[in-house]
Amino acid sequence: MSKLLSNVMNYYAVLAIYKFEMARMRRTLLQSIVTPVLTTSLYFIVFGAAIGSRIQEVGGVGYGAFIVPGLIMLSLLTNSISNASFGIYFPKFSGTVYEVLSAPVSTLEVVLGYVGAAATKAIILGLIILATAGFFIELRIAHPFIMLLFIVLTALSFSLFGFILGIWADNFEKLSIVPALVITPLVFLGGSFYSTDMLPPLWQSISLMNPVLYLVSGLRWSFYEISEVNVWVSLIGVSVFLVICLGVVYAIFRTGYRLRP
Amino acid sequence: MTVIEPEVGSTILSIQQLSKVYAGGFAALKSVSLDIKAGEIIALLGPNGAGKTTLISTICGLVQPSSGRVLVAGHDITTDYRITRSLIGLVPQELTTDSFETVWNTVSFSRGLFGKAPDPAHIERVLRSLSLWDKKDNMLRTLSGGMKRRVLIAKALSHEPRILFLDEPTAGVDVSLRKDMWAIVSELRESGVTIILTTHYIEEAEEIADRIGVINHGELILVEEKRALMAKLGKKQLELELFDPLEALPASLAPFGLELSANGLKLIYTFETTESGENNISSVLEALREAGITFKDLHTSQSSLEEIFVGLVNQPASKPVQGAAI
Repeated sequence: MSKLLSNVMNYYAVLAIYKFEMARMRRTLLQSIVTPVLTTSLYFIVFGAAIGSRIQEVGGVGYGAFIVPGLIMLSLLTNSISNASFGIYFPKFSGTVYEVLSAPVSTLEVVLGYVGAAATKAIILGLIILATAGFFIELRIAHPFIMLLFIVLTALSFSLFGFILGIWADNFEKLSIVPALVITPLVFLGGSFYSTDMLPPLWQSISLMNPVLYLVSGLRWSFYEISEVNVWVSLIGVSVFLVICLGVVYAIFRTGYRLRP
Repeated sequence: MTVIEPEVGSTILSIQQLSKVYAGGFAALKSVSLDIKAGEIIALLGPNGAGKTTLISTICGLVQPSSGRVLVAGHDITTDYRITRSLIGLVPQELTTDSFETVWNTVSFSRGLFGKAPDPAHIERVLRSLSLWDKKDNMLRTLSGGMKRRVLIAKALSHEPRILFLDEPTAGVDVSLRKDMWAIVSELRESGVTIILTTHYIEEAEEIADRIGVINHGELILVEEKRALMAKLGKKQLELELFDPLEALPASLAPFGLELSANGLKLIYTFETTESGENNISSVLEALREAGITFKDLHTSQSSLEEIFVGLVNQPASKPVQGAAI
């Protein structure tokens, strides 16, 4: 099998990059698992138990259960971006990227290795959050396949976005500015912890311009069959974003932007 | 992916009118052409900013050429990059390593990256040959600078390349380790690897290279067999210390172009030796004897590669060197 694969692509290179990136996660295994478990627990204690007890059901779902897809999406987005951006930025920063750039690897193989590992880590953390939520609420997943599809598509597309960010960034400040100033606000204003029905009409319309709303809404639909926007619109939206990011990455390697002078 | 192994003596690397102009307009390489034969060691000399690293980086795929082409074993580095890069190993100038990786893991990673199936026996051979076997489980951040340099060589050799680029391999390395590096290069040549190294150290080029190229202002101003270069451009001098000072040279010695110095107590004869080893020393000595000039000591000297190099790079840009074979 591996021989067959190695004839059509540099399978060993993809595996080498993937394993190298996953090894970083293994080195900080405790931190990687404990952090999301602790964070999720805190969210449930603060939002679920303290505040949630004063909030009526949202769309026929208890508030604790309502915020689970939002929590998963928050983790997926932030981890996908930070894993992938750091994964490519740090070799650039330390100079070790010379080896990848001088190796017989195509754009696709580099992306499969780096983005594949970043997405894998984000998906694992998303599933840990899901499992942790199971300790606080009774989990109900109406469409598990659609849920997985959303999780995988989101992890892949935002890992690609993070990869682009890591190539673009030429200092650590730029590396953190997009997640901190763009992604986190979008997630919090994207209906992760509330339904847009609760907002005044003007803000409901403005919220529809937030792309993260579509992701949270789609994932929530896969759990409880309630959504702010049509689930197909969400799926198509995240797929289009994935294709755009792939195109940008291809252009980066084709032109050598910030990689090959 | 099938690669025909180049025979020793055949052209393994062909650089054809390669130019590189960076975005800011700086021309780092100006129409460089050079053929390198399989199995040879070539040293590229040049001052800082001459274009040595840009040349290597372009061949290895780190820098995009502005024009010209490079063939590795007959394959174009742009269209057949999978083949050409799998034949090349690069040891960069900077000590760039992943601090938290072990020696074994980082060398194994390099082998995989270059498309080779895991081969622990080969990795072990490479590590042993570079005296790294005892350090195989050490994290890279715990190694000395010299050991890190060896790790970079091990990484470059992990995928069994046929061409090895060593960019300033002994920069900042102590004398002992430098000699070790030279021994490693000799062993690699024995195994048929073609080696292209850049260096500031003339002594290094003189010690290990078969051919020497001199780069200055982005131009390859000279490429020559080391011995031929020494013979062609290296001045030889015969110095004679006389018993009695001379006020002037006798007319019979005029054809030899002798110089008087040290208040007439030293005679200097500058000469060239032909490829067959012939020169006019015996004629000079015979003429001295006939003129009744006696001397108490004599010795010959030859200009070093360093002196040749300094002479070449101090020439204005774009001035070709007489007799240079590029």
